[in-house]
Amino acid sequence: MIEVVRAGALTTVQDQGRPGYAHLGVPRSGALDPAALRLANRLVGNPETAAGLEITLTGCDLRFPRSVTVALTGAEVDVRIERPPVAHANTIDPPIDPPIDPAPPSGGRPVEHRPGDVGRPLSLPAGAVLRIGPASAGLRNWLAVSGGIAVEPVLGSRATDTLAGLGPPPLRDGDRLPLGVPVGHPAPVDLTVTPPVPAELRLALRLGPRHDWFGDTALDLMLHTPYAISPLSNRVGARLVGAALPRAVASELPSEGLVLGAVQVPPDGQPLIFLADHPTTGGYPVIGVVDDVTPLAQARPGTTVTFHGPQR
Amino acid sequence: MRIRPVGAHALLLDCDDPDQVQAWRAELWRRRDAGELSAVEIVPAAATVLLDGVPDPQAAAARIVGWTPRSGTDPAATAEVEVPTVYDGDDLPAVAGHWGVDVPAVVDRLRRTEFRVAFCGFAPGFAYLTGLPAELAVPRLATPRTRVPAGSVALAGPYAGIYPSASPGGWLLVGRTDLVLFDVHADPPARLAPGTRVRLVTP
Repeated sequence: MIEVVRAGALTTVQDQGRPGYAHLGVPRSGALDPAALRLANRLVGNPETAAGLEITLTGCDLRFPRSVTVALTGAEVDVRIERPPVAHANTIDPPIDPPIDPAPPSGGRPVEHRPGDVGRPLSLPAGAVLRIGPASAGLRNWLAVSGGIAVEPVLGSRATDTLAGLGPPPLRDGDRLPLGVPVGHPAPVDLTVTPPVPAELRLALRLGPRHDWFGDTALDLMLHTPYAISPLSNRVGARLVGAALPRAVASELPSEGLVLGAVQVPPDGQPLIFLADHPTTGGYPVIGVVDDVTPLAQARPGTTVTFHGPQR
Repeated sequence: MRIRPVGAHALLLDCDDPDQVQAWRAELWRRRDAGELSAVEIVPAAATVLLDGVPDPQAAAARIVGWTPRSGTDPAATAEVEVPTVYDGDDLPAVAGHWGVDVPAVVDRLRRTEFRVAFCGFAPGFAYLTGLPAELAVPRLATPRTRVPAGSVALAGPYAGIYPSASPGGWLLVGRTDLVLFDVHADPPARLAPGTRVRLVTP
């Protein structure tokens, strides 16, 4: 079990999502960077499909009543492991070793400060508190716990879908999450290479299916002017701010199916790149599709985005 | 029908009319079941069918152009769902006004219409029902309601629809039903899947 001490701004249960139900209006959902969650799962010895947590910007604090192995991937964050107090340790003899942290916070617990522990398995003793700080670069982390998070699956997935409301609600302080039985051993890995968060994103874009609803001016702007990530971005989509893309066709597009990475252009001309919780259909023309949306999972508001054709 | 590429792993079949959408959706589902087509999602919509999660879209497109949708072989169309409907929606007089008839005539028309699920979208289990003639299309509310209760039966454009869960909405409300339209524990979870025939009957 996990006890949620501090849920943070937006922490959700995620896995590889629920594909195969789009024809019934059910979004794919799942981790915004599925490979990062799969890596975290491999590090703790879980199947890649196990559910973990997706943590947004402000971190979160979790208590584990039983010993577990955890692994964090994604953004640069400060990680602290707070070990449980050892019963009567200070009442019998003075400690032989000096405390690791000379001024432990309230409760007198010895605190182990472990910076930079993203990307490798961490063994936590029973009763430990994992304190994940705010991201210093990037936006999101994925946390795998040995055994996986064992909330009830919905349509084959435990993912929280923030658009359709499927799966468990976002974590709140005081929540308790069930854990499964570990089936594998933690990976013998001391460190994995985490790609640095780029200051600027260059995304490969394939035009279509509705690029013919836009004139050459719009296509030129799209491929040659920078856009910025809007603070209104979320798990549904990355909203962009920049040159408005003028339409060549003014009529209304009947709703049609959407894919991950579709760049939809609403009437205000500001493009929106659809992410994991995107609706299954949409009624604004899609000018193009981004090949790989996973870098957007780490893109803070204000990050510059440029597009280039798939040939480069 | 015209095939448009969508990103690296998807295709969009741009159809001439809703009947062609139904025919292609049924054909592609059948071909996938028969192992002749690989796609994670086959998603019909108003005028298109999207194939997503296609390993080799170029090869798939080349095969699809050689296929002709068979008529009358839609297994989904054999199912008919009767939706017990209480016709007491707030917008019945407005619909009657658009249609140029009185409220009982609207109810009678809706009760007698054989609808079919053209496609789903907007929310899990929300079905766009076709069956009303084009001249009976109605506009949406200029200002959508902030909350439409679950089970509301409503009209917009050429479609009828039933809200599976409470949400904001701009469709014209004509009635309500207690039928559960989306249940994650049911298989399939949506009562009204594309192709399903639907009647909005009086209980």
